[in-house]
Amino acid sequence: MSTAREQIFAALRQGFRGRNEAAAKVGVDARLARRAPNLVPARAKPEQKRAAVAAFTAMAEEAAATVARVNTMIDVPGAVADYLRNHNLPMRAALAPDPLLDAARWERRKTLEVRKGRAEAFDEVGISLAYRGVAETGTLVMLSGENTPTTLNFLPETEIVILPADRVVGAYEEALAPLRSNSEDGSRHSLPRVVNFVTGPSRSADIEQALQLGAHGPRRLHIVIVDDAAGP
Amino acid sequence: MTEMSPLHFKENAIRALGDAELQRALGNMRQGFIEKRTKAAERLPEFDALRDKAKEIKDHVLAHLDLYLEAFEKNCVAGGGTVHWAKDSAQARDIVLNICRLVGAETVTKGKSMVGEEIEINPFLEANGIRPIETDLGEYIIQLRNEPPSHLIAPAIHVNKEQIADAFRQHHRDLSPERPLTDRAALLNEARRALRERFLEADVGITGANFLIAETGSTVIVTNEGNGDLTQTLPRIHIVLASIEKVVPNFDDAATLIRVLARSATGQEMSVYTTVSTGRKRPGDLDGPEQFHVVLIDNGRSKLIGTEFQEVLRCIRCGACLNHCPVYGSVGGHAYGSVYPGPIGKVLTPALQGLENARDLPNASTFCGRCEEVCPMRIPLPKMMRHWREQEYAKRMVAPRVRWALRLWALAARLPSLYHFGARLAAWWLYRRGKKGRGRLAKVPYGEGWTRFRDFPAPLGKTFQSQWRGPRRHRRPSP
Ligand code: SF4
Repeated sequence: MSTAREQIFAALRQGFRGRNEAAAKVGVDARLARRAPNLVPARAKPEQKRAAVAAFTAMAEEAAATVARVNTMIDVPGAVADYLRNHNLPMRAALAPDPLLDAARWERRKTLEVRKGRAEAFDEVGISLAYRGVAETGTLVMLSGENTPTTLNFLPETEIVILPADRVVGAYEEALAPLRSNSEDGSRHSLPRVVNFVTGPSRSADIEQALQLGAHGPRRLHIVIVDDAAGP
Repeated sequence: MTEMSPLHFKENAIRALGDAELQRALGNMRQGFIEKRTKAAERLPEFDALRDKAKEIKDHVLAHLDLYLEAFEKNCVAGGGTVHWAKDSAQARDIVLNICRLVGAETVTKGKSMVGEEIEINPFLEANGIRPIETDLGEYIIQLRNEPPSHLIAPAIHVNKEQIADAFRQHHRDLSPERPLTDRAALLNEARRALRERFLEADVGITGANFLIAETGSTVIVTNEGNGDLTQTLPRIHIVLASIEKVVPNFDDAATLIRVLARSATGQEMSVYTTVSTGRKRPGDLDGPEQFHVVLIDNGRSKLIGTEFQEVLRCIRCGACLNHCPVYGSVGGHAYGSVYPGPIGKVLTPALQGLENARDLPNASTFCGRCEEVCPMRIPLPKMMRHWREQEYAKRMVAPRVRWALRLWALAARLPSLYHFGARLAAWWLYRRGKKGRGRLAKVPYGEGWTRFRDFPAPLGKTFQSQWRGPRRHRRPSP
């Protein structure tokens, strides 16, 4: 008896009778190796970084995220503390253990208690670092990994994401391009286990078609854009 | 109870037309979805060009489906995933059960998956002592109510908040029976709390897949709630259920489809969460599943390749064709008696289950063409419904009464004088009957399904053609 796999392929090939097999193979291999966006909307091609950050901010806010902007990493803990205080949220958070975030010197902000690591069920606030921001729709691109665990994006009720301004790009394709394989130098892709594209806080319209925020994931998404993340 | 079989479409539709609550819900739905989609489409000048691209991508994939599936399998395995193949529902269910048994699973959380509904995974797991818990809010509600979904992306669209409160009181027994559950926010919060525990205790998480990416062997899910992500991040095992036509060549192609999906479905610029998963937890990762399984399910799709129904496999399950369909908008999803309702269901269900098991479906159409106009994948749904109709007629599956009527009509249509005589006779007869009912008819022969809930307006005693000729005579320019 043939396996399910063999049966499926036999049925498919039945439908492809008469196909030029050699040409089909060449076409498919070329398509798999191709690294060229099909059609990128004009709005996803901002001319300068400044326009990209402005477009990102407008679209993220439209998706019900809030956005703050600071100069350098040192200003981040203050911005986070302000946000939490203004929303009457606990001054305690799980923090992504990314070296870039260490530059923020969290320990100097005594009122804010951070614990480095993944989010646990009891965490009410999670702070993580975005890999990219996509101007097209105000979308954050979050990677899984030892420095940025995925649970931070989904378990806490409040998600705070730090986004260095130079990481804002126009289109989805641009955001993922550095992680894809390259047929020219033969390198394999370096995609992490998960790439999360996040556009605003969690929501549902499943009860009488009325939109409500905070279905299972975060109720609030706050983005802190850092203009000069490499700076002092 | 609505009969869950496509063979009962007529009876179910008649019942749905008389259901006031359902009619109210459907009224809201059509307005909301239609307006939002129109706005989103207008805001993106490239929207129609993206639809053309999207269609082209899927046509290319379907012409090379075997090759892309091979590439997906190879790259998924290279990334630490396990790929399983299932020819039909029974095989797919066995694969899932075996994985669950190997890890001693007791509870399984589930993200929304249409193919999961198609293979009826939930009752099967339950019968085998494993508790499946739907985590999409709408799916959770209908699971508690023990009913199937009635819309592709809004599964509980037919339920009102009082009914949801009843279901919650019945199932959340650990909470005070006196608690108020009158507003929507209270219902959402209660579901959030109840499901949070389930997410944390589950041994296995099952999700569907909106796309499979051959280039990297990744699976992609698109959700708004974040339930799919909690489902696949917290348990030790992640199982993805995907039908074989979900594969796309590379990430550029996925990006194109993503640009048309949310806009067509909910009118959002982008869904809240789009998640690309590649393999299992990596060394050093602080979270994520230890095993990543992808079950590739055929269940009748491979035999559509090379036939006039191949194009239906372009569908990305956005639901736009349902939202814009006058028949769906009148009878709702349950009347179709199949997992896939609306225009897409009318074409897909007979293809997957066989025409003899879905007879009424392709006929339940006004052929108004709205579904094809809004379908982001430009699937010619009305044309395909007509294909089914022709096959149905050819296979002599049409009732003798209808066959005779069609034959008589065909004869008359070839003889204009006979046609006009018949039409005049019918119009005159309806006019006479209508006089008694002040211009409305409570019953028309062979039109009971319509007249049970609404009256048929009586014609004015003349046929369309005679009226058309009438006024034109007066408009003739005088010599
Ligand atoms: S047939 Fe087209 S409109 Fe209908 S669900 Fe599929 S993709 Fe959407």
